[in-house]
Amino acid sequence: MNSNDTILITYREALKQAVREALHKDEKVFLMGEDVGRYGGAFAVSKGLLQEFGPERIMDVPLSENGFVGAGIGAALGGMRPIVEIMTVNFSLLAMDQLVNNAATLLHMSGGQLNVPVVIRMSCGTGRQLAAQHSHSWEPLFAHIPGLIVLSAGTHEDARHMLPMALQSADPVIIFEYTAMLNMEKDMPGNTSDFNINKAMVRKPGKDISIITYGAGVYKALDAAAALATMGVEAEVVDLRILRPLDKDTAFESVRKTHRALLVEEAWATVNISAEISACIMENVFYELDLPVQRLGGVEVPMPYAKHLEDASLPQKEDIVERVKKMLQHD
Amino acid sequence: MSLDCRKEIFQHLNNNVKMSNIIEIKPVHTIDQVHGMQLLYQMMRIRRFEEKSAEMYTKTRIRGFLHLYIGEEAVAVGVMQALVADDNILSTYREHGHALARGIDAPVIMAEMYGKMQGCCRGRGGSMHLFDAGKKFYGGNAIVAGHLPIAVGMALASKKQNKQNITCCFFGDGAVAEGAFHESMNLAALWSVPLLMVCENNLYAMGTAIRYSHAVQELEKKGAAYGIGSVAVNGMDVLEVERAAREAVERIHTTGRPFFLVCNTYRFRAHSMFDAELYRDKSEVEEWKKKDPIQALQKQLLNEQLVTDEDVQRLSHEIEQEVQAAVDFAEAGTWEPVEELSRFVYSDQRKPA
Repeated sequence: MNSNDTILITYREALKQAVREALHKDEKVFLMGEDVGRYGGAFAVSKGLLQEFGPERIMDVPLSENGFVGAGIGAALGGMRPIVEIMTVNFSLLAMDQLVNNAATLLHMSGGQLNVPVVIRMSCGTGRQLAAQHSHSWEPLFAHIPGLIVLSAGTHEDARHMLPMALQSADPVIIFEYTAMLNMEKDMPGNTSDFNINKAMVRKPGKDISIITYGAGVYKALDAAAALATMGVEAEVVDLRILRPLDKDTAFESVRKTHRALLVEEAWATVNISAEISACIMENVFYELDLPVQRLGGVEVPMPYAKHLEDASLPQKEDIVERVKKMLQHD
Repeated sequence: MSLDCRKEIFQHLNNNVKMSNIIEIKPVHTIDQVHGMQLLYQMMRIRRFEEKSAEMYTKTRIRGFLHLYIGEEAVAVGVMQALVADDNILSTYREHGHALARGIDAPVIMAEMYGKMQGCCRGRGGSMHLFDAGKKFYGGNAIVAGHLPIAVGMALASKKQNKQNITCCFFGDGAVAEGAFHESMNLAALWSVPLLMVCENNLYAMGTAIRYSHAVQELEKKGAAYGIGSVAVNGMDVLEVERAAREAVERIHTTGRPFFLVCNTYRFRAHSMFDAELYRDKSEVEEWKKKDPIQALQKQLLNEQLVTDEDVQRLSHEIEQEVQAAVDFAEAGTWEPVEELSRFVYSDQRKPA
């Protein structure tokens, strides 16, 4: 396979292939989560895996997020390599004590004695009009916590390849997956030799402005960049990918090149990832800027059910295009 | 008892200062001399270590929270007799007794409480967070019931890897009110994992008496809801605790299923060093002190002429020296360089971005 080969795949299938491969590669790996087995996964990501690997390795668990996430941490301490699926990020608060007080602290608190090599997968963001308790974008909550590695799979490539990398980590990794992207079909690069989970990535190069984003913002930003290209604007799209520890250098490099930055994400704007990136840009590359950094974040409301209100709650491709045009007019 | 015989016993004890595991599991019906003295020695050692810790706290050598186990020593010492070196142990923020009984060296525990680099966690954990991976001692957890799900997971890992070890998890009556307890009991039973759940029921969740916390105060009854075998024992009697723990461990090994052991005990001292004890009468504490597990065992051993007053004095003396050595070690310890502050937030092998 040469470097130009691509594979047409849905986001769901990319996730599934990653889990399946991990189970094949290492017998210490097992998947545990609500409805991952007999139901086939709430989003059908693990459909068929129970039949292929059996109930010891595809473990349905009761609705006990605190309990089974803690058990995943314990199994990791005990020498296994668990992949714990929290059905959606919306339920993760019930496991927050385990993630924050145990997974994130044990290595440091024990003076380097105890590693917690657990991988937690969570579906994140809006689905199809799922309203206020099932549409959260809580990446910033987790990115706040030292000791966790927080990844955001904003592309099919990352959906397929982040998990194997995460399983090589000695430290706890959270991978955010995106419900709204499950059915999306895309061409995924076949060659993954330069793939890593330490660096942010420039998804599309450009010279006029940096659109810095992650997660569900990536394809929207790429669509916006394509639209802007028809207007003669060359936007660069930076996918942060690793929300902790943040790779700021890639963002700085982009700003040094374009001198303008628009930060886009679906999480509520106050105290989100963009706020952090913005502060870092000020601290490090302020004099490279031709105009103030701007942000497009989620509108600060509990997510409404009605489609038109849901759409209005999140930054859309059109919002990105409009904001970029406005920023460049003021230049 | 001849002098030579006593010498031999002390020699035996000294050889077993770090002892915590008796590989051979045998029922304790009548107490033998060596074993009786071992139990007495371990409980007295925990007691003296903690009295000294309190003293060092008032001298501001130890800071933060300090939760003393005084009064409850029979539980840690009794249960530990039933465990072997390969078993996993998880405990609470009141864990000095478990750590000592498990065989973590007294000096490194004291140094940890001093915040010194020579402590078992480099001074990062302090009193509430003692860890020793080599001794399979996994904390030292200060969120009530937060470690119970982890214990289930460790037992699950043993089962998945066909290991023969069990996991033993200590917690208090307060933890039994937490959702994590109920989730953990359900998971442990559902998955049929080798887990010994040991509730140290000292009748108070911090300052809230059990009658204000639990609709059903016979905590052992909660095992039935999960199909988990359970028993309640007098946690002030180290022999009874040991016997029950051995039976529980044997049952776990035979059935592969979890077991719930409730040890009814009492904390003689305040919850922590900040507690004025407004929630209980002094007379209640005095009543419980009459059941002091150390006094009780001592009395039994004396009555059965297995030890003499001189033996006990000599034990005290040895322990005094050992505890003082722990303090000296902690005093002489050094601080971890501030440059190391961020080390171990992530593993050393993780490459920076």
